[in-house]
Amino acid sequence: MLSWMFPPVPERRLLPDTRGRPMPWVIGIMMFVTVVVAAAGLAIANSASVVRGGVENRYSIQIPDGGELAATAASAARSAPGVTAVRPVPEADVRKTLKSWLGDAASNADLPLPSLIDIDLAAGADPAAVEQRVRSTVPQARFTAYKEQLAPLARSLTALQWLALGLVVLMAVATAASVVLAARSALEANRTSIEIMHGVGATDEQVARLFQRRIAIDAFIGGAAGAGLAALTLLLVAGVSGNIMGDLVGGSLIGPGGMLLLALLPLAFTLLATVVARAAVLKALRAAL
Amino acid sequence: MKRWERGRTLTAIVEFDSVGLRYGTGAEVLRDLDFRLARGGFYFLTGPSGAGKTSLLKLLYLAQRPTRGRIRLFDEELSEAPRDALPAFRRRIGVVFQDFRLIRHLSAFDNVALPLRFAGKSEAEVEGPVREMLAWVGLADRASARPPTLSGGEQQRVAIARAVIAQPELLVADEPTGNVDAEMAARLLHLFDALNRLGTTVVVATHDMSLIAATRGAQLLRLEGGHLGDPTGNLRHPPSAVGLA
Ligand SMILES: Nc1ncnc2c1ncn2[C@@H]1O[C@H](COP(=O)(O)OP(=O)(O)OP(=O)(O)O)[C@@H](O)[C@H]1O
Ligand SMILES: [Mg+2]
Repeated sequence: MLSWMFPPVPERRLLPDTRGRPMPWVIGIMMFVTVVVAAAGLAIANSASVVRGGVENRYSIQIPDGGELAATAASAARSAPGVTAVRPVPEADVRKTLKSWLGDAASNADLPLPSLIDIDLAAGADPAAVEQRVRSTVPQARFTAYKEQLAPLARSLTALQWLALGLVVLMAVATAASVVLAARSALEANRTSIEIMHGVGATDEQVARLFQRRIAIDAFIGGAAGAGLAALTLLLVAGVSGNIMGDLVGGSLIGPGGMLLLALLPLAFTLLATVVARAAVLKALRAAL
Repeated sequence: MKRWERGRTLTAIVEFDSVGLRYGTGAEVLRDLDFRLARGGFYFLTGPSGAGKTSLLKLLYLAQRPTRGRIRLFDEELSEAPRDALPAFRRRIGVVFQDFRLIRHLSAFDNVALPLRFAGKSEAEVEGPVREMLAWVGLADRASARPPTLSGGEQQRVAIARAVIAQPELLVADEPTGNVDAEMAARLLHLFDALNRLGTTVVVATHDMSLIAATRGAQLLRLEGGHLGDPTGNLRHPPSAVGLA
């Protein structure tokens, strides 16, 4: 299947060896940007799923005027089916949070503080049943899901992922377009040779293979170099920010699947370039007699 | 059509039926060409400069399609042949172009080897015949030279070697001796003659009357102003009939 990549030596001489072709550079730059954008997209996706996973089954009970009612609500929650953990939030923590909103007024002991209780449910537990149990003992309790509070963040993370995917697709389209241009200019530069080859009985397939091979090689060299440079850049960035990010998401930002995906990008671009070049060359050849 | 049937019984290799050719929107450079060439014949095509000799040969070696009329080649209708079928035709035709058409960055050896390699021959099948052919045209020691470093006559001989290397059924040569001295011209003609004896049909466009005179048994076609004239006066039952008579 790949025999066209490794033709006999005489066939390799059929196209002149032109040094300093722009193609590997163009593909290299495209590849660099694509890998960085794709890595960012994967990291965002990973962070989003970590954040989502952490709060998936976490709920918050708020009791406006706190006090003893909080303890009642907590024990009601504990007795509800599917509740795995109940953590009353210490008053100091609530004040600390409020301080960022209210400033020093938050330390005023007269300020009525709500009581907060975090509860975790087992996967598949019915939050409505828990809410009902709590509100049957403490009617003024408010029951909210963490994931609802985080919904705007989750939405923007999802939007960023789509943006990254869109950019990768755009880069692929731009690469394909530049391959078409490169193929056309290569055909133009070798116009006489092609006429001669046709004249002595070469098929379009035989001629197209020459150009297809050349562009595949250029794309692979450019793609590998661009992706390698991108990997180096990403490692540097990760080295600087790795600790913070790592702590935040509890591990590597991009998993093994993501790494594989990134490593396959240069191959995918090479394949894309080859297919596009072949189609462009065959189309141009058919326009001649 | 009666004419065609007759042509076929005479084993024509080429049949032109009311063929005309114009480039773009210009006037017709070839008009009403009706003739057959017999398989195994040796033909000279003459006529003044601009008469359309190269244009007629281009129709023969499938570098042009006629703008009207029909051409049959190797007993197949060319106008019905799809583009994909043309390479197979071209592999049965050897061509010496008026402007040589060598690939500049390839050595003389690689240029001569082109038809064999595109026909899928292995390097073992290429090496010997190409060396032999280069020796025949007197270029054994120039095998690795590139065309720009060869003289006009040397380039012409490389072009001839490339045209005959695959022992084509039809050899089409456009002014093949225009750039060589009389001795080399005679030698090249001897090569064409040898090929012709092996069964190749030869069509040579030339102004060189001494060349024509030196080739016994050859037929003469004369083009003038896009029309095919016929010194022997029997073009409608053309050289093929004469050849078989
Ligand atoms: N590609 C082309 N486009 C337009 N006109 C052409 C083209 N090729 C040839 N012609 C015209 O067709 C006519 C015949 O040209 P052609 O080359 O067939 O003549 P020729 O007999 O081979 O001449 P010569 O003996 O000088 O080689 C000429 O008037 C020429 O100007
Ligand atoms: Mg001419």
